[in-house]
Amino acid sequence: MSDPMQEIMASFFIECEELHEALLDALQSMADGEHDDETINVAFRAVHSIKGGAGAFGLDDLVGFSHQFETVMDACRSAELSITDDLVQLFLRCGDMLSDLIRCSRDNEPCDTEASQNLIDELAAYAGAETHDEPEIDFQPMTLALDELDNSDDAPGAFDPDNLPDLPPLGDLPPLDTEPSAVGPAVLTVRFAPEPELYESGNEPLYLLRSLADLGDVEVTANLSAPTDIGALATLGKRLSWTARVETDTPPSAIDEIFEFTTGLCELEVSAEKPPTPAEAVGPAETATPDPVQAAVVPSTPGQEPPAAAPSPTKAPAETSGKAPAAAKANNSGSQTVRVDLERIERLVNLVGELVINQAMLSQSIVDEKIPPNSIVSAGLDEFMQLTRNIQESVMMIRAQPVKSLFQRMSRIVREASAAVDKSVKLVSEGENTEIDKTAIERLADPLTHMIRNAVDHGLEPTDVRLAKGKPRQGEIRLAAAHRSGRVIIEVSDDGGGINREKVHSIALSKGLISEDAMLSDSDIDQLLFLPGFSTADKVSSLSGRGVGMDVVKTQITSLGGRVAIESTPGVGTKFTISLPLTLAVLDGMVVTVASETLVVPLNSIVETLSLTEKDLRPVGPDQRVLCVREKFVPVLDLGRELGYRDALSVSKGAIALLIAPEDGALVAMLVDSIEDQRQVVIKGLQESYGRVRGVAAATILGDGKIALILDPSDIAQSLSGLKFEPHLDEAS
Amino acid sequence: MSISVLAVDDSRTMRDMIALALTPAGFEVELAEDGQHGLEVLDDIAPDVIITDINMPRLDGFGFIDAVRARSDTKSTPILVLTTESSADLKTRAREAGATGWIVKPFAPDKLIRALKMVSG
Repeated sequence: MSDPMQEIMASFFIECEELHEALLDALQSMADGEHDDETINVAFRAVHSIKGGAGAFGLDDLVGFSHQFETVMDACRSAELSITDDLVQLFLRCGDMLSDLIRCSRDNEPCDTEASQNLIDELAAYAGAETHDEPEIDFQPMTLALDELDNSDDAPGAFDPDNLPDLPPLGDLPPLDTEPSAVGPAVLTVRFAPEPELYESGNEPLYLLRSLADLGDVEVTANLSAPTDIGALATLGKRLSWTARVETDTPPSAIDEIFEFTTGLCELEVSAEKPPTPAEAVGPAETATPDPVQAAVVPSTPGQEPPAAAPSPTKAPAETSGKAPAAAKANNSGSQTVRVDLERIERLVNLVGELVINQAMLSQSIVDEKIPPNSIVSAGLDEFMQLTRNIQESVMMIRAQPVKSLFQRMSRIVREASAAVDKSVKLVSEGENTEIDKTAIERLADPLTHMIRNAVDHGLEPTDVRLAKGKPRQGEIRLAAAHRSGRVIIEVSDDGGGINREKVHSIALSKGLISEDAMLSDSDIDQLLFLPGFSTADKVSSLSGRGVGMDVVKTQITSLGGRVAIESTPGVGTKFTISLPLTLAVLDGMVVTVASETLVVPLNSIVETLSLTEKDLRPVGPDQRVLCVREKFVPVLDLGRELGYRDALSVSKGAIALLIAPEDGALVAMLVDSIEDQRQVVIKGLQESYGRVRGVAAATILGDGKIALILDPSDIAQSLSGLKFEPHLDEAS
Repeated sequence: MSISVLAVDDSRTMRDMIALALTPAGFEVELAEDGQHGLEVLDDIAPDVIITDINMPRLDGFGFIDAVRARSDTKSTPILVLTTESSADLKTRAREAGATGWIVKPFAPDKLIRALKMVSG
């Protein structure tokens, strides 16, 4: 069994992520002008909990930082410090730093202590300048004693199993079952006279006196001289008192520790008959065995002793499984969630994939066996298919997560990027609760980061240019997510100057990416940005010039089965639209044949299917045809030729045109020989084995066990856009 | 007879740590996520001692202690406040709210155990 402390620590870091998310949420609300108590409280609590947990694991950097962070936030909470925009911006930067510190602690990496210290100093300046001098918060863990009574020199302690025996304050009060400390025996006289309030606080004189027996031999006498009318206790004030004579090796501070909770609720006098000799080390004293308390009014017997002191919990890992039911119980009545290892879900997803394939095979054999569609078997299969689809959707929903965490990361990118290029930028996000596959969220982080950096660096004009154009000083980047017709759409837009098409065109020319005579529409030019090696930056800036172009962004998104489109209006801004399939595992496809090859075309890319003859096609060049669809001409692509299955365009009898609407809008007709079926197919990635293949999104296994390629129609349609298109293999990754 | 403890803390890490410290030592541990949840748990069980955090959503530690002290079945139940701050002010507030004692986070398991035994007998 793994170490329970390790498990708790792992769970702490997961909790940290959640807390950090809550923190950023609250800070964002504050940035938007919500300064109500609860918002500040949520932010404060998040940092406070991170600090609490970090302290338990001895993560000093994290503790130190979150402590200062929390202190300033606490000042805001108690309205000692007013919340200004600058302060919220500082909080946001601190939130980013906190995230770094958490990650470094988790991965055991060194963190940027200088940056962290700078922020601590900035925070301290706020705390020092505007709050009155708060007493230094004593972050000395493991002390029970009141500050004024406790003069021990506690080390900042963690719940570190290796260091448990080294806890200095324990020297003051030996645990129930350990050897006494190295201090000579002394006789202490303790007079204890509770105030009535003591009884109301839940403290119990009996237990307190009994605790004295843990220190050594005890003799307790009750002072019964006062009236013993119990009913009158509350009104008569203190009447009952006890005197205990304790023979112990421990210093008098141990007594104070026992009575710590009663400070102010009783009169307590401790006097020593023989002063302890602290420096004198003596061996373990056999006399330390606690005896029952001998007292008139304290019926203490060994049998009533509390359960034996616990062994250090980390030394008994096997027993700790007992915590699970308790924790589970709490979960039942609390939030209705359960944590599941991602691996288990993956297995479920894979099994559902197998189920879909099996079902396809089954329906294939029903066709092969010529079983009539109205038979019981066929009806049963229909139901089976419906259930499979429901299961598949439910399984995918398990993996779905709101894009919020992703968007939150982007707000950090905007902050950092805008600071780097000295622009004022505001990030507006919409549709944060749109759910998307967890894998997609992780894999979108890189491309989105790059797009956001680009938008800040290239998209938005410098401040002086903006002002000259009469635009608001602060640039705006919009990040929006939504579900649209079975796909997830993520838009990244800016209100900058739009794409400088002239510049893009000339760069593409100079780099030989396009030919001189290519007739390119505006949208064609915009597409050039996605070509490998393209960069419009005059100089490579530290920000977006990291050797990653938009082509990499496109590749990353394509690998998720997604597409990215670009839309730009000069002077108004640029918008990138990422469209992703809802699931990464299964898609609805149209099974078609082309030159005797079976292919799958994603159903959601097909607008319409038309049966056609050679007559419907009109030549517009030696090699190019268009199709007249309701008096509009649509360029034609013969899939067979485009994919290299045949040389010449040929329209076989019964050929069918699939009208495809790629992301950039213009319709394309793709010719196929016939349509076989329409069904769900399980996506089997090809990238790992073959790298990215132009025009091919993935592969699948059909009901008859054959493998078919799943096409990427948008990619294929690009061959018409005037860009160079060769159905070749990109270099394998 | 084992001592039963209700620990109320909004941090899962802290709840886990408390359970890990106390369960092997023979305590029966019930956990709750905030004051409100803690009160719900008290409808079902009567713990020998209660541990509570202060900063919590919905119902914070002070509100929770008030409510616990207002109930006839728990008005004398010992309550230990778990706090990261050992400032005298916080202790005074905890005391005024009706707490029995306090534990400074992060706690050493044996210290927590001793404090629990001290207040619950």
